[in-house]
Amino acid sequence: MQVPAAMSDQAMAEMTLDNLYEFPEGRKVLTCMQCGVCGGTCPYGDVMEYSPRRIILMLRAGMLDKVFTSDGLLNCVACYACMAHCPRGIQLTEVLLPLVKEQVFLRLPEVPTELHKALENTLRYGNPTGESARKRAAWVKTSSVPVRILSEDPRPVDLLWFVECQNSYHPRGQDISRATAKIFHALGLDFAILGNEEKCAGECARLLGETGLFDTLMEYNMAVFRNYQFNRMVTSGAHAYDAFKYHYTSVGFRYPLDHTTPFLAKYLESLAPRLTRKLNYTITYHDSCCLGRHNGFYEEPRVLLRAIPGVKLVEMFHSRTNAICCGGGGGGMWLDTYYKAKGYERLSERRAKEAVATGADVLATSCPYEISRFEDALKVLGYDKKMIVRDVTELLAEAMEG
Amino acid sequence: MAGNVWVLAEQWRGEVSEITYEVLALGSELAMALGVKLQAVLLGHRMESLAETLGKADGVLYVDHAALEEPTAEAQGAALSQLVKEGQPHSVLIPLTNVSLGVEALIAAELQLPVVNFCEDLRVVERRLQARCLLYGGKMEVLVRALREPVIFGIPPGTRPAEKGRAARVPALEEVAVTFPEAPAVRFTKYIEPEAGDVDITKQDVLVAVGRGIQTQDNIALAEELAQALGGAVCGSRPVIDQGWLPLSRQVGKSGLTVKPKLYIAAGVSGAPEHVEGMKNASLIIAINTDPHAPIFSLAHYGIAEDVLEVLPALTEEVHKAIRKKAG
Amino acid sequence: MNVLVLLRMVPDVVEELEVAPEGRTLDLQVLRMILSESDDHALEEALLLKERHGGTVTVLALDSPDIDDVLFTSLAKGADRAVKVTGLDMRVTSRGLAHIFAQTIATPGSLGPADLILTGTQAIDEWDGSVAPLVAHFLRLPFVPIVVQVAVGTSGGTATVIKEYPGGIRGEFEVRLPAVLGIQAAEKAPRYVPVAKVRAAAKSRRIETLPGPPHMVPAFVEVLQMMKPEVAGHAEMLEGPVEKIASRVCEILAERGLV
Repeated sequence: MQVPAAMSDQAMAEMTLDNLYEFPEGRKVLTCMQCGVCGGTCPYGDVMEYSPRRIILMLRAGMLDKVFTSDGLLNCVACYACMAHCPRGIQLTEVLLPLVKEQVFLRLPEVPTELHKALENTLRYGNPTGESARKRAAWVKTSSVPVRILSEDPRPVDLLWFVECQNSYHPRGQDISRATAKIFHALGLDFAILGNEEKCAGECARLLGETGLFDTLMEYNMAVFRNYQFNRMVTSGAHAYDAFKYHYTSVGFRYPLDHTTPFLAKYLESLAPRLTRKLNYTITYHDSCCLGRHNGFYEEPRVLLRAIPGVKLVEMFHSRTNAICCGGGGGGMWLDTYYKAKGYERLSERRAKEAVATGADVLATSCPYEISRFEDALKVLGYDKKMIVRDVTELLAEAMEG
Repeated sequence: MAGNVWVLAEQWRGEVSEITYEVLALGSELAMALGVKLQAVLLGHRMESLAETLGKADGVLYVDHAALEEPTAEAQGAALSQLVKEGQPHSVLIPLTNVSLGVEALIAAELQLPVVNFCEDLRVVERRLQARCLLYGGKMEVLVRALREPVIFGIPPGTRPAEKGRAARVPALEEVAVTFPEAPAVRFTKYIEPEAGDVDITKQDVLVAVGRGIQTQDNIALAEELAQALGGAVCGSRPVIDQGWLPLSRQVGKSGLTVKPKLYIAAGVSGAPEHVEGMKNASLIIAINTDPHAPIFSLAHYGIAEDVLEVLPALTEEVHKAIRKKAG
Repeated sequence: MNVLVLLRMVPDVVEELEVAPEGRTLDLQVLRMILSESDDHALEEALLLKERHGGTVTVLALDSPDIDDVLFTSLAKGADRAVKVTGLDMRVTSRGLAHIFAQTIATPGSLGPADLILTGTQAIDEWDGSVAPLVAHFLRLPFVPIVVQVAVGTSGGTATVIKEYPGGIRGEFEVRLPAVLGIQAAEKAPRYVPVAKVRAAAKSRRIETLPGPPHMVPAFVEVLQMMKPEVAGHAEMLEGPVEKIASRVCEILAERGLV
C-alpha cells in the first residue's frame, strides 16, 4: 500500500469544503468510485452513520447539511484505515474528514463532557489532563540520566525532543519518557526538551474538527521553536509527528523530523550492542495508526524488537495495514463513556483480545495513547495477569543493563 | 445588651440545625474570652419551643412573625439588621449554609458593617477578634481582623463539635418586634422533595467508592451498608462500572463524574490518575487497599493497608455503635 | 428580557498558590486567574433565558490582564454586549468589587436597564463578603442565593426560581423583577464554544469600556497574614487489628461532624 504524498502547504492552509475543487488534492474527491472499501474497513463501520463513501456522495450532491447536523462522526477515531485502503488514494482521514468534522463540531448542540473537559484543558493548560503547565517537565526530576531543559539552558542543541502530553503527565507515559531519555543518553546524543513551554501539538483536536484549537497551539508552538536553535527534532508523540510533518509546514516548520521509533531504528548499529540483557519475552507488536498506515513505519519497530536478545515476535490476526486502532485518535481518547453509553465495544478491548489470542506475554506499543488504553482493556477483560503492555522504548531500555 | 457575642440560630423546617450548636460552641468561647454574654437570635413563626435547646446561650432574642415562617434571606436579613442596630453587639456569628446564605451580606450592606466569610476559627487577641479564613478551595488561609465593629462572621460547618454547643439549661427568652416590608419582593412558594431514583453522587457529602479490590459484585453490598450508615452513597471507579456492577451515574473519574464530598472512602481503589482526577478535592479521603504502595495513599489523608472485605464491615459496625451512642 | 451577568476572575487553583514575600497576598508571579466557576454557570443560565425568551445578554467585568479572552468567549457563546470597567486597581476585595459593580449598574446611561442580574452565588475568594448579595443590597434589589433554575413569568414582571437546600431538597420562590440572583448551577452545563468562534469574536467584536466609580469604599477588614494550610504529603497509615482501626476511623469522622 502506498502512503499518499503530503498536501502542498498552500492547500493545507487554505482548503475548505467550499473551495475544495480549486485544489488538485481536493479534486481527487471527484475520482471516488463509490466502492465502499472505506466503510467496510472502518473499525466502527457497523455503527458509522456516514461512511466516507456516503459523505463524498452527499458532498457531490450538495447535501452535506445532514452530515453537519449529525453527531455520527464522533465515532470516527481517525485511524487511517479508510484512507489506507482507498483505491483512489483520496486523503480521507488526513484532509476530507477533518474539514467535514470542523463543520459538525461548530454545530454540535452538546459536546460530550469528557471531551469538553479535555479540549478546555488543552486550550488553557496545554494538555488534556488539566494539570498545570508548570508540571509538564516534573518527570525530569525522576530521570536516571540528565535531561536538558531549553528554557533553563537555552544554548544551541543538536536534537530537540518534543515529549508530548501523555508522556509528560501520565505515570505510564513518564515511564516511557524515562526509558527514552536513558536510551538517548546511552547513544551519546546531544538532546534537550522544551520543558514547561511545550504544549500539545494539537493533532487530535484537528482530527476532531477543533481547528481553532489546533491553530492556536500551532502558532504557540512554532513561536517557541523559533526561540531556540536546534538541528533536528524527534517526538515521542505519533500524532505530534503527523502534526509537525504535514501541517506545521504551512507555518514554516522545516526541521528534519522523526518519531522515536523510526529514529532509534536508524541507530540500530550503535544500539544493538548495548542490548545486553536477555528478555525472555514473546512479544506481539501493535501497529499504531499514525506510524503504520499513515507513514508506513512497519519494519522499524519490529527491527528494534528483534534486536533484543531472547525476544520472539508473533503477529496478531490483524497487523500492519490491517491493524485495529486502539480507539484513542481523533478525540476517541475522551469519548469512551460516550461510546459505552451507545453500547459500542471499545476498540482497545477488541484489539486486546486479539493480542491475548497470540499467546504472547507482552503487547508492544509505540503511540503514547496505546499504553494506558491497552492496560485498561486487559484489566477489564481480566487478562492483566496474562499479558503486560510495554512501549518499544521501555523494552529497549529494559534490555540495556545499567 | 451591647457588646455581646450574638449567634444566629438557624432553624429550618421546624428544627434547629446541627451547625447552630457548633456556632454556639464557638460563640461561647469568644464570649468567655471577651468577658461578655452569649446571645442567641431565633427568627421564626410560632417557634418559641426551639429556644429551649439553645441553652448554651445566656439568652435568646426571639422574633416571631409570619414573614419569618419560611427562611428567605430578605426577611431574616431585615429582622436581624434591626436587632443589630438596636442591640449593638460586639459581633454576630451566622452559619454559612444553604439555609442561611446571604443573610450575613444583607446585614453587612444595610448597616455598613464588616462581614468576614469562611471563618474556620475565631480567636480573641487583645480584645479583638481575629478570624482564620480558608480560601481558594482550601489552598490558602488568611488571618484577618475587622476595622470596625460590630463585625459579622460567616461560619462554615465543622468549626467546633456540636456537643460543645449544647447545654441542659433553658435560656431566658426575650421576644422582640421588628417591622417588615408590606409586600416582600421575594416570596417562598413551596419545597420540592428529591425524586426517588438514582442518586446524584456529585451532591453527596459522603461517598464510599469501590474499585477492583471489591472483587465481586456481591461484595458491593458491604460498601452500600457503610454508605447508608454514614448517610452517603456508593460510587465506583471505571472498571467497576464497566463490569456493569454499578450504573454509569456512579462513575467517578476522568470518564465519569467529578465529586467533592466531605468524606470519600476509597475501598479497593488503586488511585490511578484517571480516577483521582475525579475525586482529589474531597475534603477527607480515607483509602483502603491491600497494596501499601498503591498511588491512592499519596493522595489520601488516612490509609489502611488491609483487606477491604474485612475493613468495610468493621467500619460499618463502629459507625452504627457511634450513632446508637449519640442517640441514646 | 434583558439580562446582565457579572463576571469575576479568581485564582486558578490548578496552579500552586504561593504567598508573596510581604506575607499578606498571593504571589502574582505564579498566579493565573480564571473565570469563577459559578459565574460561568450564571452566563450559561443567561444564555438559556435568551434562547427561551429573546432579549439581550450583557456581561460586565472588571478590567484585568486575562479578562479580554473571557469577554470574547462570552460574546462567542452568544452574549450581545461585553463591558469592562477600566482604570481601577484590580487588586480589589470582594466587597470592593460589589461596590464597583453596584455603582456602575446604578449609573444612568451606562448599561441600560436589566430585568435580571445574574452572578455566581459564591466564589473561592469572598472572605470580605459575597458579591452577589452585596450587589443586590447596594442596589436595593431583591435577592435569592444558590439558584439552580430560573423561569420568567409571561408578564415579565416576576421570575420563579429554584434554590438548593441541603439533602437534595429544593425551594421555589417568586421574585419581583428586577432582581439579583446568585447562581449555583445553570440548568445545563456551561456550553463548549469552538475556539474558532472565539478567535473570530476577538477579530470582529468590540469590548466596551466604562470608567470606574469616583470613590472606592474604605476597607472594612484588614489581612494580617496569609499562609498555606498544613498539608500531609502521604496518608497517615492506621495500623493494628481491624477493629481498632475501625474505631479510630470513627473518632476521626466524629471530629469532623461526619458521624
